[in-house]
Amino acid sequence: MSFWARLIRCPPARRGLVMLLVMAVVALAAPLLAPADPWKVHPAARLLPPLSRSAVDGADALGRGANASGNGTNASGPGADASGNGANASGNAHTGAGATTLHLLGTDSVGRDVLSRLIYGSRVSLTVGFAAMVLSALFGSLIGVVSGYFGGIVESLTGWLVDVQLSFPFLLLAIFLLGALGGGTLAVILILALATWVNYARIVRAQVLSIKNQGYVEAAHATGASVGRVLFVHILPNTLAPICVVASFSMAQAILTEAGLSFLGVGLDPSTPSWGTMLNDGRDYLLTAWWISTMPGIAIGFTVLGVMLFGEGLRELLDPRSLR
Amino acid sequence: MSSPNIILASRQLTVTYGTARSSFLRPKRNIVQALRGVDLDIYAGETLALVGESGSGKSTLARALVRCIPASSGSVAFKGSDITTSSGRPLRALRRHLQMIFQDPFGSLNPRLSIGSAVGEPLIVHGLASGRELKSRVAECLALVGLDGSVANRRPHEFSGGQRQRICIARALACRPELIAADEVLSALDLSLRGQMLELFRQLKERLSLTYLFISHDLGVVRQISDRVAVMYLGRVVELATTPELYSHPRHPYTHALLAAVPIADPIVERSRQYASLPGEPPSPARPPSGCAFHTRCPRAVERCRTETPKLTELAPGHSVACHRPH
Amino acid sequence: MSAALLDVEKLAVSFVGRAGARTVVADVSFQLEPGEAVGVVGESGSGKSLSMLSLLGLLPDGAHARAAHARFDGRELLSLTTAQLNAIRGREIAIVFQDPLTALNPVLTIGRQITEVIRRHFPVSKAEANQRAGQLLARVGIPDPALRLRQYPHQFSGGMRQRVTIAMALAGEPRILIADEPTTALDVTVQAEIVGLIQSLQRQTGMSVIWVTHDLALLARIAERVLVMYGGRLVEDAPAEQVFASPRHPYTQALLANLRPEAASLAQGTSASVQAGGDAAAVGCPFAPRCPQAMDKCRTTAPPLSAISERVRVACWAVSPEEPMAASQTNGPTSPQSPQAASLPKP
Repeated sequence: MSFWARLIRCPPARRGLVMLLVMAVVALAAPLLAPADPWKVHPAARLLPPLSRSAVDGADALGRGANASGNGTNASGPGADASGNGANASGNAHTGAGATTLHLLGTDSVGRDVLSRLIYGSRVSLTVGFAAMVLSALFGSLIGVVSGYFGGIVESLTGWLVDVQLSFPFLLLAIFLLGALGGGTLAVILILALATWVNYARIVRAQVLSIKNQGYVEAAHATGASVGRVLFVHILPNTLAPICVVASFSMAQAILTEAGLSFLGVGLDPSTPSWGTMLNDGRDYLLTAWWISTMPGIAIGFTVLGVMLFGEGLRELLDPRSLR
Repeated sequence: MSSPNIILASRQLTVTYGTARSSFLRPKRNIVQALRGVDLDIYAGETLALVGESGSGKSTLARALVRCIPASSGSVAFKGSDITTSSGRPLRALRRHLQMIFQDPFGSLNPRLSIGSAVGEPLIVHGLASGRELKSRVAECLALVGLDGSVANRRPHEFSGGQRQRICIARALACRPELIAADEVLSALDLSLRGQMLELFRQLKERLSLTYLFISHDLGVVRQISDRVAVMYLGRVVELATTPELYSHPRHPYTHALLAAVPIADPIVERSRQYASLPGEPPSPARPPSGCAFHTRCPRAVERCRTETPKLTELAPGHSVACHRPH
Repeated sequence: MSAALLDVEKLAVSFVGRAGARTVVADVSFQLEPGEAVGVVGESGSGKSLSMLSLLGLLPDGAHARAAHARFDGRELLSLTTAQLNAIRGREIAIVFQDPLTALNPVLTIGRQITEVIRRHFPVSKAEANQRAGQLLARVGIPDPALRLRQYPHQFSGGMRQRVTIAMALAGEPRILIADEPTTALDVTVQAEIVGLIQSLQRQTGMSVIWVTHDLALLARIAERVLVMYGGRLVEDAPAEQVFASPRHPYTQALLANLRPEAASLAQGTSASVQAGGDAAAVGCPFAPRCPQAMDKCRTTAPPLSAISERVRVACWAVSPEEPMAASQTNGPTSPQSPQAASLPKP
């Protein structure tokens, strides 16, 4: 049975995979799915709760007419007041008889559509989280394998590197580096990878240390296998299970750290729609406009759950006892 | 330097381990001499057994002989050519001829690899076979140890200890080695399986004209399989003789004590037996006693044993003993 | 037989897991007389340790023991509360385990650990307990006990540690000592010493000893009676002389054949692809798949342990209880086996 076939048969992996696929489709098809322009500020439509409507500007700045008009026709039937609920509706009233747009998940403090920002945000958050995860997994595992297998001076050096990384305040480092690198998505990815590689290095090193003393490694040496073969056939595959577990945790951690960095103003441009920036946007309005930070929170939770289920499934699949 | 029928020979082979043992706030380095100048010849086609208690260095000797661990000093020669300092590619090529089987049948198979890949690994590593030929060679090896070729697609966890040990033997046989060092291969197996495994070893040796270096603490097993026995104590060979000779006329007091300690499966004999048990326990290899290392437990020790290390000398043809006062 | 110190009838141990209950010990019945030395032999997974541990409520999580009765000195062991069991454990029935290192707490001195046991069972002062601990160490052959009491487990060698655990087991002056493979981790010369020690202690104190081991040869020296276990069942129970001279159960015969190189290997007929151990709950005799004498009946019905002479009980259909004289006619393990051995099909 192929790996993928077994993956599909494993319930947690299947569920996780479906959840991640949903997120991936949303991210890829963001322009088609988003009901409104995620960057467009509508001072008049600030803090609208979910399911409320607002008038749409005639001229869409980014020329996303097709989308906007699609929503327009959809929403043109009922009058503005019909859907107006609560105090906010009165704010909409003066825009008059123009086309209205439905804010399924409400609007934020500057009147941007939360759903649209959420959809566009998935692009940034998934890219950042995934890229940081892959980068740190590769780097951390490499360091872990090398230091665990060769020991001696290599181990001392990498151990020193890990200690430096762990003892240096991460935020200070992040602020300094982001200042030097000038921000941007790539810089954030690098910083996040820097924040999590230690997790891989430590767990992989511990794993390698124990596997190194397993009989089959000695047996492989005794049959005449080269160091490379021992490392890549006998040792590395047996560290995959813990790597998967760490990867699922650290991808979640990366998404959340990105949020934290954005909050501090050193991460992504606050206007960039990302779940992190949205989460922090809403912090001042937690009591008055809960949806601004709750919605990205749910999105993060959903994705993290998907990643973890998938990781759990992978771990299960990578257990040789499940192999047939 | 050596006659043609000597397949593997060691001269003054010494192996030391450095163990960093740290007490509170004061790290100190201990050097353990696991092997202390061993001279040993292994003849082609024989089964030489290494016996001794834990810490006697029998495993270390076997590993050093097949170059799984490097020698600290002394030399090892394979068919007359010095292999003491081989490393890298020549060493790996050498492994083809000198194979090893390990004690733990559960640990010595990579849980991720199928049985076929495990058994075929030596063939791939040494570039001896690939593709279809690899498959048939693997099936051949599995058949040699009494396993069906269809097990090649299965994983180690599906097999019992005895079957795994068979798989390990198949792997060691794959590249048609000349010598196999078997390190306590039976001790992890249940008693009722040992007979079968011994029989298997015997058959394989005959069929493939192998030489065995057989390490065991079980003197009963050794008696059944070996042609010659080397008794080790604290990193030295203290007695070397043919199996019948050693069991009927042990000359070294340690061999005497070792044989006396083995229970005999007969209550009537057992109850009438006098147990000349050894006082105390084997000293630590880190601090071996002066002179003959056995003098601290030896009932026959005299002053000379405390100061002078006895050399392994041939007392009768093919029977060497390292003792000042042999039986 | 009312004088039996330990009287166990139809003991069964099963693990209850997600996949349902799995019986690992079934139908084990035996008696132990005061002062008797009984050996329990079997390979790993035969249930020999589990059945002994179950008597003291020392089973691993998920395992449960049942029995028609399991009486120690008239008390029903399996229905005792933990507190009642604690009063018996160590005080009246003590255990020496295989691995002396894990049986000792590495951060407490030997003296502390022994005095703790003494004071748990006897109302004595600390000073007196310490004095008794010193005497115990001396009794188990540890030189310089006063100094050794102040040392930690790692300062002892393997054999010395096992002596310490024996001293701890003796602290409660038990009436039964269960020795669960106490010499398996030790060298053969050290094993001889430990065995000699326990034997002399048994003579001094008059306690009963149950030796649990996988080494049948060892029992030749130490056991008066041998219980052979296979696949969670008791397959043979006989005086040591008889087990070694004329083993009745095919499994016992195979075990002995392995010990005696001069005898033809009976194990030849056993199939290589059979997993050792067997399942106590399996249909039929657990040894049937490996047995050279297996008949159809063996594969469908497990043979009960039945007396074939006054002191010999065997669970095997091939051994007929109707011929009590058969024991003396059989010629031990060297007797030729039935020709079925060669035609045994591989399962």
